[in-house]
Amino acid sequence: MGKLTTTPNVRGADDVYAMLIDAHEGKTKAESDAFNARLILTLINHIGDAEVIAEALAVAEG
Amino acid sequence: MTMQERYPLAYKSYPYAKSPDQDAAAPVRHPVVVVGGGPIGMAVALDLALKGTRVLVLDDHEGIGMGSRAICFAKRPLEILDRLGCGEPIVEKGVVWNLGKVFHGEKQVFEFNLLPEKGHKFPAFINLQQPYFEKFILDHVRALQEQGLPLEIRGKNRVDAVEQDAEGVTLSVMTPDGPYRVAADWVIACDGASSPVREMLGLGFEGEVFKDSFLIADVRMKADFPTERWFWFDPPSGAGASQLLHKQPDDVWRIDFQIGWDVDRKEELKEDNVRRRVAQMIGEEVAFDLVWSSIYTFQCRRMTKFHDGRVIFAGDAAHQVSPFGARGANSGLQDTENLAWKLQMILDGTAPVALLDTYDEERIYGARENILNSTRATDFITPKSEISQIFRNAVLDLAENHAFARPFVNSGRLSVPCTYDESRLNSADALPGGPARTRPGSPCPDAPLGDGFLLGKLGAVKDARFQILAIDAEVPERFAAHGVSCDILQLSAVGNALLRDRYLGTAQGAVYLIRPDQHVAARWQIWNEADATSALGRAIGKEL
Repeated sequence: MGKLTTTPNVRGADDVYAMLIDAHEGKTKAESDAFNARLILTLINHIGDAEVIAEALAVAEG
Repeated sequence: MTMQERYPLAYKSYPYAKSPDQDAAAPVRHPVVVVGGGPIGMAVALDLALKGTRVLVLDDHEGIGMGSRAICFAKRPLEILDRLGCGEPIVEKGVVWNLGKVFHGEKQVFEFNLLPEKGHKFPAFINLQQPYFEKFILDHVRALQEQGLPLEIRGKNRVDAVEQDAEGVTLSVMTPDGPYRVAADWVIACDGASSPVREMLGLGFEGEVFKDSFLIADVRMKADFPTERWFWFDPPSGAGASQLLHKQPDDVWRIDFQIGWDVDRKEELKEDNVRRRVAQMIGEEVAFDLVWSSIYTFQCRRMTKFHDGRVIFAGDAAHQVSPFGARGANSGLQDTENLAWKLQMILDGTAPVALLDTYDEERIYGARENILNSTRATDFITPKSEISQIFRNAVLDLAENHAFARPFVNSGRLSVPCTYDESRLNSADALPGGPARTRPGSPCPDAPLGDGFLLGKLGAVKDARFQILAIDAEVPERFAAHGVSCDILQLSAVGNALLRDRYLGTAQGAVYLIRPDQHVAARWQIWNEADATSALGRAIGKEL
């Protein structure tokens, strides 16, 4: 059984999504890429569980 | 007959001398011929000769090569050389260091301390120029030869052809006096990453090439940099994409510059250009002598098997890694200690030839671990794709202010000995509460014993001796089985907390069966002769 939460889990989904898009406002492609990389690493550290991260990678693979 | 030198020598230690073998009507037969007189070849030859086997070393040069090359030597190889009798002078000459700092531009982003653990005879790491390292081994060999060590070294003896059948190997050897042939029961090829012996046998060496090159400059200077390993990503000097500074003895500093894949090697190696880069890094005002410089590229690759019939490969000939992590010479020396006792027991007829398969298994396991670690470090230092570069930079940016990102920073994960967890020579762990670090397959960690140390007492170097180590447990005074008589060492951990931590854990007492290479084969709570007999048989390959 998977450890990754794949059911809706974010309260205020629209607000959070808007935060993400706003954060990229005014950034060049290179700045956005660097920002995304820092964001992913920060969230990966918060999760901290290699199994969950592996499942998330599989979800992202589509 | 003129023979080309492939490299200049630091010490002409074994000038060519004609051997009676060269005039023999038929090839003279030797039990073991080692091809290559570098540190790996010399260590395995010494180990076998100390165990009583007659060994012949053939080297196409007449001594030790110039250039500092490998400079970081780890604890385990130092312990191995101590067992062979030459660990102490090496450490005495070497520079002991513990602290590593990683910078991104001008800012420090990561720091590691090798945290020397108490109660070990040897430090975690020393730095020493490779020619010194080799010379200490060779001086020891020379001193023992005077006392009859059955080890012969022939300089300017280049192996040009290898033939083998089920009975043995015949080598065609070129010398200044022309060619001759020599026969061997076993050949150990320690002839480096471009191993001519491997090529002659047509054996593969597959892996990954990294598209970057590094310029090494060893400079002698009076500098007040601390004795630490300093690594820069995007250094402020702009002298390279990355840069490494590391201290060696004699006021010599190793500087590495990452200079890119498409470089004109000849141009870059011109003294003026090397000096310009060094000055850019250390400052125009600092006076220095350029001792040695070289450009290298990286490969991580290995053979699929480490022996082919009666020809066995060790060190760089069998596996090659990038230098980040100091896993080259250090793993090569671990090959030699794994191989020597197995080959000795096969030669003695005590162990089946199949025991050699476990040399492949155990050391391929080690090589895979080393290749994995050094590949990851190299991928971090020289990112292969745009996105890999983006993540690398993101780690470095975050690491400056956020501790959580620092474990991702990888400027090389330093060599540690490997634990042969899956080895077929191990018996199941039967010491409840025993420490994980001494589970079967582990290299024995050192511990203080009175005014000495444990490892110096484990396993006599002569013969290939197995050891029974009993700590607060009763064992018989003598134990022999399968034609192998074991040395017995009885100790108490009362009042010795380090010995307890490392060998007992929460157990009241323990009995260990330890291989001649100081790896744990089996362990139990109490002595049981039937268990010991069965574990010893397994450890010498009787169940393969």
